[in-house]
Amino acid sequence: MSKLHVTTSVNGQPEEVLCEPHQSLLDVLRDELGLTGTKEGCSTGDCGACSVTLDGRLVCSCLVLAAEAEGKEVGTIEGVANPDGLHVLQQKFLEHAALQCGICTPGFIVAAKVLLERDPNPDETTIRYWLAGNLCRCTGYDKIIRAVQDAATELAHEA
Amino acid sequence: MAEAHDLKVIGTRPVRPDGVEKVTGRANFGADLHLPGMIHGKVLRSPYAHARIKSVDVSGALAMEGVLAAVCRSDFPEETDDLGRNVIARDKVLYHGHAVAAVAATTPLLAEQALDAIKVDYDVLEPVLSIDQAIADGATLVNEEMHTNGDASQPASNVAAITKFERGDAEKGFAEADVVVEGEYRVPMAHQGYIEPHACTATINEEGKITVWCSTQGHFDVRTQTAAILGTSISKVKVIASEIGGGFGGKLSVYLEPLAVKLSELSNRPVRMVMNREEVFRATGPTSATWCKAKVGAKKDGTITAATAWLAYEAGAFPGAPVGPGCMSVLAPYDLENFSIEGLDVLVNKPKVAAYRAPGAPQAMHAMECAIDDLARELGMDPIDLRLKNAADEGTQAPYGPKFPAIGLKACLEAAKAHPNYTSPVPEGCGRGVACGFWFNIGMQSSAEVLIREDGTVIINEGSPDIGGSRASMCLMAAETLGIPYERINAHVADTESTGYCNMTGGSRTTFATGMAVVQACEDIIAQCKERAAMTWDIDADQVDWDDGQAVPKPGVNADVDPLSLADIARAWGRTGGPILGRASVNAQGAGAGFSVNWTDLAVDRETGKVDVKAYTAIQDAGRAIHPAYVEGQMQGGAAQGLGWALNEEYIYDDNGVMENAGFLDYRVPVASDLPMIDTQIVEVPNPTHPYGVRGVGETPITAPLAATSNAVCDALGFRVSELPMSPPRLLEAIDSQEG
Repeated sequence: MSKLHVTTSVNGQPEEVLCEPHQSLLDVLRDELGLTGTKEGCSTGDCGACSVTLDGRLVCSCLVLAAEAEGKEVGTIEGVANPDGLHVLQQKFLEHAALQCGICTPGFIVAAKVLLERDPNPDETTIRYWLAGNLCRCTGYDKIIRAVQDAATELAHEA
Repeated sequence: MAEAHDLKVIGTRPVRPDGVEKVTGRANFGADLHLPGMIHGKVLRSPYAHARIKSVDVSGALAMEGVLAAVCRSDFPEETDDLGRNVIARDKVLYHGHAVAAVAATTPLLAEQALDAIKVDYDVLEPVLSIDQAIADGATLVNEEMHTNGDASQPASNVAAITKFERGDAEKGFAEADVVVEGEYRVPMAHQGYIEPHACTATINEEGKITVWCSTQGHFDVRTQTAAILGTSISKVKVIASEIGGGFGGKLSVYLEPLAVKLSELSNRPVRMVMNREEVFRATGPTSATWCKAKVGAKKDGTITAATAWLAYEAGAFPGAPVGPGCMSVLAPYDLENFSIEGLDVLVNKPKVAAYRAPGAPQAMHAMECAIDDLARELGMDPIDLRLKNAADEGTQAPYGPKFPAIGLKACLEAAKAHPNYTSPVPEGCGRGVACGFWFNIGMQSSAEVLIREDGTVIINEGSPDIGGSRASMCLMAAETLGIPYERINAHVADTESTGYCNMTGGSRTTFATGMAVVQACEDIIAQCKERAAMTWDIDADQVDWDDGQAVPKPGVNADVDPLSLADIARAWGRTGGPILGRASVNAQGAGAGFSVNWTDLAVDRETGKVDVKAYTAIQDAGRAIHPAYVEGQMQGGAAQGLGWALNEEYIYDDNGVMENAGFLDYRVPVASDLPMIDTQIVEVPNPTHPYGVRGVGETPITAPLAATSNAVCDALGFRVSELPMSPPRLLEAIDSQEG
């Protein structure tokens, strides 16, 4: 089985990888590019721990073939903070203690960031439904929802 | 013990020390380690729930290009215990998913493909799939050599053990009662559902020196278990705990580590093994399915005169169901003269159960707290008033023996009665259900070293994997004790060769016991700092006080000197005897029982059977909340897990003992849109044995939600549904049969 040559962009950086046709984007991010911030919880698209963006759209990277990233922009948790510091969502997750074990946190932050880009002022129900594809087993979601609400408020003030 | 108003740092909510790593994706969890030359291991698992293994032949896998090692039972010492037989099957496979062989290959896919080339010859046996089957006359035996309580004079049995607690005369008590209620309750097998699958990487060198990196709640236990299963000495094994992506009791036992070491030995490569989600469901340790009977009687005024409980717990394929803790918990909230409790540990052909958050308590307390609720209804009493009338308090003898020191059950019940979520009327169309929760909590062994940098900042080294913010609680307690800012302290979970022995993160013991070691190690630092200051000032050490992070002369001591901070002392330590480090180790006693009261308002859709949880409130005694946000988080997370178990989660088996829903799509844990905000109130009745009054808080939160939810459904529907989960199909069936 010959490998595929994939040219893509990850967090704004051009990347070239050789991958097997069956390899998922998740596997390539983690094993070929060393970006282990994207987590594997189920490999069936049910837990959201592997959430990334593909041309700005929220996807489970376990359900995307690496070859599908050809010519596209991939965004991962490693690209959320900027040189000035943490993203507001990251800061609010810390302030609200919205993580316990932290394995689901990258996926939640990536997913919540896409939500706030699309809807800067979501109500609680909207947040809960948007994040329903991300499982957290530690927090009961309460503090996660509050962190996202608070981040939305702060981003609105900054705007 | 310090009074709450004297505390400066404890009770605040700073950002956790490991937080930035975890919100940026930098933190390394079990599957995140890459080593040069690393290859990938996979496990061949039994397709049968019960079968004798006639032969295993791995030669076909080894013949494949890129496959570098394969192992089966013959690669491990013959003599082993249940854990060893669970890690790799010997004479029989005892559940669907039981490990039979493992391979290591250059890619995960190749390893997966190589499993197909392993030949296993099975003699398939009839599986035992429920307590009812297991205890029936003439039942197939899971283990032909198992005798109840080890009594070989009796025939072999699937009942591994029977536990009994008794006091007074229950029959006499029932005879004195004006009202007696009883019920039978079933709770399904459920999984902890941690989001991170089990993962490890192992390597072994030519001298037999083993290094294991893994996601675990107890790396010292991984060392013990791995060495035992491989037949080597613990001195050959070093274990480095990665960050851990949830455990809830499910990451206390090894599953992969001994296999990975053996594969590394045979391939001479580092071997990484990562379970997929299906393997996590089928082949790790969920908690027991249970069949419980509860009976309780009371006078008209609500005084309980007697209670009995019969608790049968599935252990899975090996003895060790958490029925003992179930027996300890089932009546713990009540001060009773007459009771009897019997618990059965029952073997079935399902995975060997593991601890799951207050192991055994949720199932038993579901039964009794439902019966107590029925009693309140029969008596026409408020369910909190009934519980207050009979509540255990300081001096009450617990059903399992000791007298409770100061406990917070009554304080929680009184807080509940006064809470606006309880005093407000039940919303139209909803039911409200109340239940008490309890967990005894444990202490056990912990070590801590406190290191001072030459600028006076502090490093805590300890051995408790941080599963939910415990580094923050360690730093808070150290900051309070040393009198320095929280930000000047960091906490480090050290490997098995870099800190003293430490029991696992479990039993809600970390903030209590490891915290106690940290506080004592800080006191060791303070004592040394006083000596260094005394040396500097040319006075005696007993003439020095430690006040607000500084050495100062005691009042009345005639010394015209400036106070010396930790940083001052560190800067000058070259002149006063060298670097300063503190240490302490404890075998902590007096963990202090944790009680809670939970209630929920919910609506049941009579057309679909779906439950809509409208509100949930948890009140719990934390002793003292070191970092209140993480205490609330435990309460909220436990409530969510309990709601999931009550309403949806269950292992569904076919007639052959194959789990039919081994994935998150079909084993449905609560998602954000299923839940409301979970309101919390922390009650603080300090635990007298901890320097800051801490009680464990991690497990109590899951002990009340099952019954609270069931009681609310009962209130909403007007009849009791005694089997969990109360999933839409089951509720619909119950509604249809009630309404004829």
